[in-house]
Amino acid sequence: MATPPPLLRRVAAAILLLLVSLASAPAARADLVITRADRKVDLTSHIVRVLTSLKVENSGPEPVSQFLLAFPNVQAKNLAAIRAFGTEGKVKGASTLLPIEVVQPSGVPPELTFFSASLSKALEERKTLHLDVLTVFTHSVQPFPEEITQAESQLVVYQDSAQYLSPYPVKVQTLSIRLPGGRVESYTKYPNAKLSDSELKYGPYEDLPPFSYSPMVVHFENNNPFAVAKEVIREIEISHWGNVQITEHYNIAHGGAKLKGEFSRIDYQSRPYIRGVSSFRHLIARLPPRAHSIYYRDEIGNISTSHLWSDSKKTQLEVEPRFPLFGGWQTTFTIGYGLPLQDFVFSSDGKRFLNITFGSPMEEILIEKLIVKVVLPEGSKDIEVSVPFPTKQGQEVKYSHLDIAGRPVVVLEKPDVIPEHNLYFQVHYRFNNISLFREPMMLITGFFLLFMACIVYMHTDMSISKNSPSYLAKAQWDEIQSIIQQIQAVFDQSLAVHDKLEATLRDLSRSGDVQSCKAARKAADAQFKELAKELKPLLTSLQSSPQSYQIWPKVEELVTKERDLQDKLMTRHSTVVDSFEKKLRGQDVENRIAVQQQKVAALRQEVESLLEYISEI
Amino acid sequence: MATAALESLPAPLRSTLRLKTKQQELLLRVSALALIYVLAFAVRLFSVLRYESMIHEFDPYFNYRTTLFLTEHGFSEFWNWFDSESWYPLGRVVGGTLFPGLMVTAALLHRLLRALSLAVHIREVCVLTAPFFAANTTLVAYAFGREIWDSGAGLVAAALIAVCPGYISRSVAGSYDNEGVAIFALLLTFYLFVRAVNTGSLAWSLASAFGYFYMVSAWGGYVFIINLLPLYVLVLLVTGRYSQRLYVAYNSTYVLGMLLAMQIRFVGFQHVQSGEHMAAMGVFFLLQVFFFLDWMKYLLNDAKLFKSFLRITLTCVITVGTLALGIGTASGYISPWTGRFYSLLDPTYAKDHIPIIASVSEHQPTAWSSFMFDFHILLFLFPAGLYFCFKRLSDATIFIVMYGLTSMYFAGVMVRLILVAAPAVCLISAIAASATIKNLTTLIRSKSRSPQTVSGKATGSKAAAKGAVDQSLPYQKNAAIVLLLGAFYLLSRYAVHCTWVTSEAYSSPSIVLAARGHNGGRVIFDDYREAYYWLRQNTPSDAKIMSWWDYGYQITAMGNRTVIVDNNTWNNTHIATVGRAMSSYEDEAYEIMQSLDVNYVLVVFGGVTGYSSDDINKFLWMVRIGGGVFPVIKEPDYLVNGEYRIDKGAAPKMLNCLMYKLCYYRFGELTTEYGKPPGYDRVRGVEIGNKDIKLEYLEEAFTTSNWIVRIYKVKPPKNRS
Repeated sequence: MATPPPLLRRVAAAILLLLVSLASAPAARADLVITRADRKVDLTSHIVRVLTSLKVENSGPEPVSQFLLAFPNVQAKNLAAIRAFGTEGKVKGASTLLPIEVVQPSGVPPELTFFSASLSKALEERKTLHLDVLTVFTHSVQPFPEEITQAESQLVVYQDSAQYLSPYPVKVQTLSIRLPGGRVESYTKYPNAKLSDSELKYGPYEDLPPFSYSPMVVHFENNNPFAVAKEVIREIEISHWGNVQITEHYNIAHGGAKLKGEFSRIDYQSRPYIRGVSSFRHLIARLPPRAHSIYYRDEIGNISTSHLWSDSKKTQLEVEPRFPLFGGWQTTFTIGYGLPLQDFVFSSDGKRFLNITFGSPMEEILIEKLIVKVVLPEGSKDIEVSVPFPTKQGQEVKYSHLDIAGRPVVVLEKPDVIPEHNLYFQVHYRFNNISLFREPMMLITGFFLLFMACIVYMHTDMSISKNSPSYLAKAQWDEIQSIIQQIQAVFDQSLAVHDKLEATLRDLSRSGDVQSCKAARKAADAQFKELAKELKPLLTSLQSSPQSYQIWPKVEELVTKERDLQDKLMTRHSTVVDSFEKKLRGQDVENRIAVQQQKVAALRQEVESLLEYISEI
Repeated sequence: MATAALESLPAPLRSTLRLKTKQQELLLRVSALALIYVLAFAVRLFSVLRYESMIHEFDPYFNYRTTLFLTEHGFSEFWNWFDSESWYPLGRVVGGTLFPGLMVTAALLHRLLRALSLAVHIREVCVLTAPFFAANTTLVAYAFGREIWDSGAGLVAAALIAVCPGYISRSVAGSYDNEGVAIFALLLTFYLFVRAVNTGSLAWSLASAFGYFYMVSAWGGYVFIINLLPLYVLVLLVTGRYSQRLYVAYNSTYVLGMLLAMQIRFVGFQHVQSGEHMAAMGVFFLLQVFFFLDWMKYLLNDAKLFKSFLRITLTCVITVGTLALGIGTASGYISPWTGRFYSLLDPTYAKDHIPIIASVSEHQPTAWSSFMFDFHILLFLFPAGLYFCFKRLSDATIFIVMYGLTSMYFAGVMVRLILVAAPAVCLISAIAASATIKNLTTLIRSKSRSPQTVSGKATGSKAAAKGAVDQSLPYQKNAAIVLLLGAFYLLSRYAVHCTWVTSEAYSSPSIVLAARGHNGGRVIFDDYREAYYWLRQNTPSDAKIMSWWDYGYQITAMGNRTVIVDNNTWNNTHIATVGRAMSSYEDEAYEIMQSLDVNYVLVVFGGVTGYSSDDINKFLWMVRIGGGVFPVIKEPDYLVNGEYRIDKGAAPKMLNCLMYKLCYYRFGELTTEYGKPPGYDRVRGVEIGNKDIKLEYLEEAFTTSNWIVRIYKVKPPKNRS
C-alpha cells in the first residue's frame, strides 16, 4: 500500500483529534439505537452519492420525533443534497419524504454539522423505523496527482469513515463502495476490508458506540468526465403565441487532474481512448420531447459538431465542444431550444403557471452556480414562485422586441446544483390574453401611420412661399400637364373613330352593305364634332397659360393636322362608298384613292409622332 | 383580369381609377426599383444560408471588434482608444489609425433599431450592413443613370449593379469591411457632384461635399475621388466646356470637402500636405486663374491686350505654382507620394520595392479570367456604352467616361480595385443596354403600327402603298425582334452567372471551410474557430501570440489575446522581425521570441487537408519581408536552384527553420493519404524532407482536429546553472 498523500494524512489526523474531543461529549439526546446501518457509496462519477439504509429502534420510554444525522464539517460543506425517506414497521411499506433541517444541538463539538429529520409520526417505545438517507456530495473526489500528462489516466482519492458516524450507538453496520472499475492504487486496509472487482467493502462492524469514526481513504482510477460548470444561466422565456424558449449559457471546465506538458493531436487522434483517456469530448443533454429549433453556438458562432436524436419520450442532444476538454481546460457555449407552450404552461382558477424542471438537462454535470431566469410576457402580474428547495430569488426587467414596459423576469439562483435538483418548480402569474395583440397592433399602427404620412406628404403642398416664381411656374406646369393629358385623351378617341371608319370600309369590301357604311360615316361625323367641342375649352386654356409657349405650336399643328386627316378620311370614305355604289372595278377604285391613301397615311404618321412628342414632355 | 374588373365599374369611377400614363410609368418604375432593392439585399444572403450569420475573412474581424467596442464604450472612448492587444509591445492608437465611417454607421444603425425597440445583436447589424448599403447603392445608381442618360438607363444600371459579381464579392452578408459602405459613398459623391455640375447649384455641391466626407470617413479609396474630380475639371477646361456651373460645383465641393475631411483624425492635414492630394489643390487654383482671366477678358474687351495679359499671368502663375510645390516638397512640408500610390500607377513598383504590398493576393494584377468572372457581359457592353456616351457628349457623360476608363485601368493593376470599377462599368453598360433596347423597341412599335394603317385597304396591291411609307431596310422588324431576344438572352445569362458566382464563389466566409466528402455530403472544417476559441478559453488572458500577420485580427477578435503583428501592416520592421523569427533556426528564433515576450506561436498548416493558403506557401514572403529589413535572412538559402522545395531535396536551412519545424512537427508519423508514405504533404504533393523534428524551446500546446491550425507554447527559459 502506498502512503496516503500528506494532505489526507493531515485531514485524518484532524478527525482523530475531533474524535478524541467527542469522547468527552455527552451521549445522544434520545435513546435511539441503530440496529443496522448499510451504507452504499457510489464513486463512479465525480458526484458522490451515498445511500444509507438505517434500521432505528427506540429503546427508551419517550416517543421520539426527531432523528439526527451527523457529518463532519469537511463533508458537510460539500453536501449538495440530502433526502430522507422513512418507512414505519417491519414490512416495507410506503415511504414518506421527511423534512430535514440543520440543527445545532447543545454540547456537540463544532467540527460536526447536524441535520435533523422530523419523523412523520413519533417513534414509540420498542418500535422500529426504516430510514433511507440519500446524501450527495460534490468536490469530494479529488484528483491525485493533481497534474497528469495526456497519456496518463486520472487517479482520484476519496475519503470517508469506515464506520457510520452517528450520535446513536450502531449495532451492525457495513459499508460498500462502488468504484468505476479499473486500477485501484490503494485503500485503507482495515482488518475486514475487502476489495473485489470494482467493489470495496468494509465491515460488518458490530456494537460501536456513538460517534465512532475510523478514517478510510481509497485511491483509484476514475476517467469519467469531470464536467463542472462554473456557471449556468438558464433563461426560460414564455411566449403566449405558443412557445417556451429556453436558452442555456454554459461555462464548463474539466474539474479533474490538470493536463501538464504537450497536447499531441497525433496521439489523441490515433488512440483517443488511451492517449487522452482522462479527457471528454462530448456531453449529452436530455431535452423534453417535442423540443424544436435547437441550436448550439458560442460567442464566435455556430458549433457544427452536435448530434440530435428524438423520439416521443425525449429529445437527446449530444454536444461536442470545439475541442476535447482535458483537465483544467474550459469552454463556454450556449444551447437553445423551443418547447410547445401547452406542455409547460397551464392555467388554474384564473392564474397561469409554468411547470418546468429547475436544473440543466445535461447528464452528470455539477453546476457550481445556476441562475434560472423566467421571462414572463409583458404585462404579467401577481407573480409567485414555488421551488422545492431553497433558492435566492430576485426580479429584473428584460427588454426584447417591441417592448415598452419590459418583461418581468424572475431570477432564481442556487449554488451546487446536481442532477438530483432536476425537479419541477412553478411560477404562477396573471396574464390577459388581450395583451397578446398589443405588439401586432403596434406594428400595424406604425405602418399605417407611415403610409398615411406618405399619402399626406404626397398630397399636401409643403412649399413655404406660395407666390415665389418657381412655385408658380411649377403649379402652372402641373396644370399644363393635366390639360395636355386631356387633349391627348381626346385625340386618342378621335383616332379610334378613324380606325372604326376604316373598319367599315373593310366590311364594305366583304359584305357590300353600303347603308351601314353611310350610317357609320354619319356617326363618325357627329363624334368628330363632339370631340371638337370638347377640345375647344382645353385649347383656349392651354393657350392662355404663359408656360405653354414651348408646347403650344406643336399642339396647334396637331390640331390642324388632325382636322386635315379627318377631312381626308371622310372624302376617301365617301369616294370608296361612291365607287362601290357605282360598281367600279377594284383597280379603278385603287387608282382613284391612291393619292388620298398616301396622304392619309402620311398625315396619320405625322399625327402619331406629334402625339408621341407631346406625351414625352 | 384587372382590366375586366375595371370594365365592370361605373364609368366615372373607372375614369378616376384608371391610371394616367405618367402614373403608370411611375408605378412601374417604383415597383421595379423596389424589386431591385430587395434583390440586391437578398442575393447577398447566400452566405448566411450556406453557412451562418458570421463575420468573414480577416479585416472585418477588426471592424467588428472596434464596432463592439464603440457600442459598449461610446464614441469618445472609441476615439481615444489605445489598443494594447495588438502590435505588442508597441500597441496601436486605434482611434487615430482607422476610418471610423463603417463602425459609426453600424453603431448608429444598431442604436436606431434599439430605439425602435428591436432587440438585435450588434453582430447581426454588422453582418447585414454591407448588403443594406449595396441595396442603397442601387438607388444611387438609378439616380446617377438618370442624371447622365435617362431613367431607363438608370433602372438598367440599378439592376446591373444589384447583382454585379465585382461588387458582390465585397458586399455579401458578413463581409463587414470598409468597402461595403465606401462604394455607396463613392457613387453617391460622384452622383451629387455630377448633379452639382449639371445644375450649378450650391445645395448639390454642399451635398456632394458631405458625400465626400462620408467617403473619407469610410475608406482610404477616397484618394481616387480627390484625384478624379480635378482630372475631370481639367478635361472640361481643356475641351472648352468650362462654365459657371462647374466653377461653383468644384470650388464649393473641394473647399468644404477638404475642411470636413480634416476632421477625420487618420486623414488629418493630408489634403494640404501630401503629394497625392496636390492635384486637387492645383486645379482649384487653376480654376481661380481661369475665372480671373475670363473676367479680365470681359473687362479688357480687346483681343491683343488680353493676349499679352494672358502671357504674363500664365507665366507668373506657373512660376509661383512650381516654386511653391518645389519648396514644399524640398522642405518636407509636402510629403512625396506613398508606395501604395506608386504601385497603383506602376504595376511593377510594389514587386521591386514593397514586398509587403505585393505579398497580398488581392494586390496582384488582375487576370483576364477574373475580369470575365466579375463582369461577364458587362465587359462587352462597356465599349458599346462608351460609344453611346461619345455620341451624346455632355458634362455628365464625360464624367462617367473618365470614371470608367481610369477605374478600369486601376482594376487592371490590382484585383481588389475591380470593386471601384464595378459601378462605372455597370453604369456605362447600362447606357448601352438601355439605349439599344430602346432603339429596338421603338423600331418594333412603329412598325407594328404602320402596317395597320397601310393595310386599311385589304384588297389590291399593298406593295406600292407600303413602299411609299416604309423606306427603311427590309426585314427590319424581324431583325429588331431577333436582336431584342438576343439582348434579353444575354441579360438573362448575366443574371444566371451572377447568381451562380455569388452562391459558389463569393459566399464563403473563409473562416469555415467546406468541402465535399467521399459520399457527396458536406464536410466542414471549422479549425480556425476551434483554435481561436481554445486560445480564448485556455490560455492566460495576458498571453502574447505570435503568428504571421494575416491572422492577427482574427486572433484578437475571436481569441481575445494580444498579438505581435496584425493585418494593419503599419510597421514593416515589426512584421519583418516576426518573419525573421519564423525563418530562423529554433534557438535564434527563441531569442527573438523572448525579446518579444511571446508565449504562444500559431501556424496555419494545410498539409493534412490540402488547404493551400497555409503558412508554408506564404513562407517565401516571410523570408522576403524579413530579409528586406534584416539582411541576415537571404532568400536563396531557402531555395534549391531557385526552386522552392520541402521534400528531401530542400535546402538545409529550410528544413530546420522554425516555420518548417512547427508545421511538420510529428507530421512524419501521420499517414494522410492511402497508398502514400507517412508524412505526405497533400498541398505540395510530396513526402516531407525532415520527419524527425525535435523541439527544444517550444512544445505543442494545441493542434486542431484537421491540423489546420497548430499552436505551440514557448517554454520559459531554463534555470541558469
